Amino acid sequence: MTTEAHAGHAPHVHAAPSGFIRKWIFSLDHKIIGIQYYLLSLVAVFTGMFLSLLMRFHLVYPAKPLPFMGDAIMTPEQYLALLTMHGTIMVFFVLTTAPQGGFGNYFLPIQIGAADMAFPVLNMLSFWVTFVAFVVMVAAFFVEGGAPISGWTGYAPLSALGVIAGPGLGLGQDLWIISIALFCVASLMGALNFITTVIDLRAKGLTLMRMPLTVWAWFVTAILGLLAFGVLLAAGILLLLDRNAGTSFFIPGGLVVSDKMIDHKGGSPLLWQHLFWYFGHPEVYIAILPGMGVASHVLSTFARKPIYGYKAMVYAICAIGILGFCVWGHHMFMSGMSPYTAFAFSLLTMSIGVPSAIKTFNWLGTLWGGQIHFKCAMLFALGFVSLFVSGGVDGLFLAQPSVDRPLHDTYWVVAHFHLIMGVAAIFGIFAATYFWFPKMFGRYMNETLGKIHFWITFIGVYLIFMPMHYIGMAGQMRRYPDGTGIGFVGELVGVQTFITHAAFVTIAAQLLFLVNFMWSAWKGPQAEKNPWNATTLEWTVPSPPPHDNFAGHYPSVYRGPYEFSVPGQEDDHLPQDVPPDKLKK
Amino acid sequence: MPGTLTATELELTHGTGAPPPPAGAGGGEGGGAGGAGVPARAYYTGISLALAGILMFFMALVSSFIVRKADAGWQPVQLPPLLWLNTLALVASSMTLERARIHLKNRDARLFARWWGITTLLGLLFLAGQVAAWAQMRAAGVFLASNPSSSFFYLLTGAHALHLVGGVGALAYVALRGWGFAKVTQDVAADVTGIYWHFMDGLWVFLLLILYFGR
Repeated sequence: MTTEAHAGHAPHVHAAPSGFIRKWIFSLDHKIIGIQYYLLSLVAVFTGMFLSLLMRFHLVYPAKPLPFMGDAIMTPEQYLALLTMHGTIMVFFVLTTAPQGGFGNYFLPIQIGAADMAFPVLNMLSFWVTFVAFVVMVAAFFVEGGAPISGWTGYAPLSALGVIAGPGLGLGQDLWIISIALFCVASLMGALNFITTVIDLRAKGLTLMRMPLTVWAWFVTAILGLLAFGVLLAAGILLLLDRNAGTSFFIPGGLVVSDKMIDHKGGSPLLWQHLFWYFGHPEVYIAILPGMGVASHVLSTFARKPIYGYKAMVYAICAIGILGFCVWGHHMFMSGMSPYTAFAFSLLTMSIGVPSAIKTFNWLGTLWGGQIHFKCAMLFALGFVSLFVSGGVDGLFLAQPSVDRPLHDTYWVVAHFHLIMGVAAIFGIFAATYFWFPKMFGRYMNETLGKIHFWITFIGVYLIFMPMHYIGMAGQMRRYPDGTGIGFVGELVGVQTFITHAAFVTIAAQLLFLVNFMWSAWKGPQAEKNPWNATTLEWTVPSPPPHDNFAGHYPSVYRGPYEFSVPGQEDDHLPQDVPPDKLKK
Repeated sequence: MPGTLTATELELTHGTGAPPPPAGAGGGEGGGAGGAGVPARAYYTGISLALAGILMFFMALVSSFIVRKADAGWQPVQLPPLLWLNTLALVASSMTLERARIHLKNRDARLFARWWGITTLLGLLFLAGQVAAWAQMRAAGVFLASNPSSSFFYLLTGAHALHLVGGVGALAYVALRGWGFAKVTQDVAADVTGIYWHFMDGLWVFLLLILYFGR
């Protein structure tokens, strides 16, 4: 260790760890942390899918007990608990975890030519706090009263009143809030890390406009997270105080619940809605933006063409991010707001369609005239574009307050957010997995199994969620455990049955993915450095990369990230780190 | 005083001697990090971002306060005058912190330690004063759940105090930790802590004015 000018700086990054705990459990290596996040979200997604299967079964056979679960029939409150936990686990522990914490953590430093994130200890803390948050969330199932029933949106006053308002609203709700609060803290720490890394740790020559679109997406997503999660944390604290300290931030006066007068006054349930959705809308963009980045990246790579309109894509990502903070009121059209306020939110909401359409047309422009290779990653990226259009367009209907009036809280809304989050964003995760698996594990996933997985899933999700538009228009209410006894809704049970059958098949097909993933990680054929002939920096290092990513030889960047099929060049792809005089002509 | 740096130790932690550059976007040539280490300016970027996140948290609380205040039945709460004395202590601590940083730049370990210590003491004085103010409120029969106005008073002052406890921890860490083998110099750590501390000071003045004019 030198003592003069360099004494203030430890040599570069943390040294490679030794010992099982330091290497695999409390690792500071962004690659290991990325895999940890990914595995956590894998557990979460199968938990969430299992909960949805229970819900789907009950919707079609409300008078039957669940198979293998004893003789008791599911109560309406238990159904509400299932949907609360399904939504919470999926939105937070899958869609906010895998794309950003999983792939973002693993590949952002490598794609910008850095050895690790700016703050590796903070990174490790972010993961473990997220892990604890998941344990606390799942614990809500096992405490007295069970899981909360107030929805992933946790609307007050239901969520604020305690056990008097229903089962699960005691300790279960408190654990839910604590879990979310921990998740907020973890996300804020992670966001800080991502943004600092992009701003300060880029390689020489890597200007902002030479960054891969994946990095842009993770960057803007992190900014959204930094600014939004603090608001949710504040809301959660206020809710905890209402529940446990006798305050009345959200509980109005004059409530009578279960024949008892509630001794609170002065609170506003609308305040919860504003706080929650001010976070909630940026949150859904946090869920989708990384998928957009991956789609751009994969489409360009497997069409052997530069992304169409790189600059426009960057501006579109930024525009979606900024506008995402201006539209939260469209979740509250039915809350009694002034029509003028509704008009303003509606206009702003529809205007997000512009950058979204720019991105969609640019994806199509990337494909046009390209030499398309239908690898699994590409199939899922194409599927992403299809599902993004489907899920986005049905949102435009909801963006009109007058149309939202009959559609609010119907299955139309369920169709919309599932198509865009529960499928498009998931397809982004699948595309990323099939694309980057060889780099992460040094082995290939099985393409045949992957293609079967794709087709069953792609057709399956359309069969599940398209009919929901129909029953939504017909008036089927969401969050109702049993509509069979209600006249016009009862007639729709045939469609619900069809949806349930499609759901069972589609979810079963995900086991194909799980088997493929697990088997290939250990037994798949060896992969080389750059199996897809891609251009970005992660494909210049071994598969899997060494501890400090570049084995001491940090790259300089000489060109943009999507130089495919450049005229006059022998290779159909130009890696970012090869100097111009070293290119084959 | 434990943790006082000797002149030689200060020399060792000195680094290049030039003040670290402020956080920049590095648009032209890329980050220029060269891939190997984490540049000192990353810590400035990091603390600014952390403060952005913390600001959003407090703004959510302040917006809730403003929204709630507009409703009927708002009973204003009488702010204990002690709060103004506490504010004085906190503002003074920002000034002593700056003094300490100048001494650190001039490589005067003894005076740095003294003024940094005074800053820490003033911070602790502020916190003690806040606890005393809460006790005064309780003695007057005003509790967290008494009415919306009192709820927001305790909430805002409590949330700020918690963040300030973190700040006091940072002050102690900068003074007491050995910086010989750290990833950054003590200068950088003191700078970054200073940015956090001044922000908490400014935030407190803002919150107090909101509570005062909004009561």
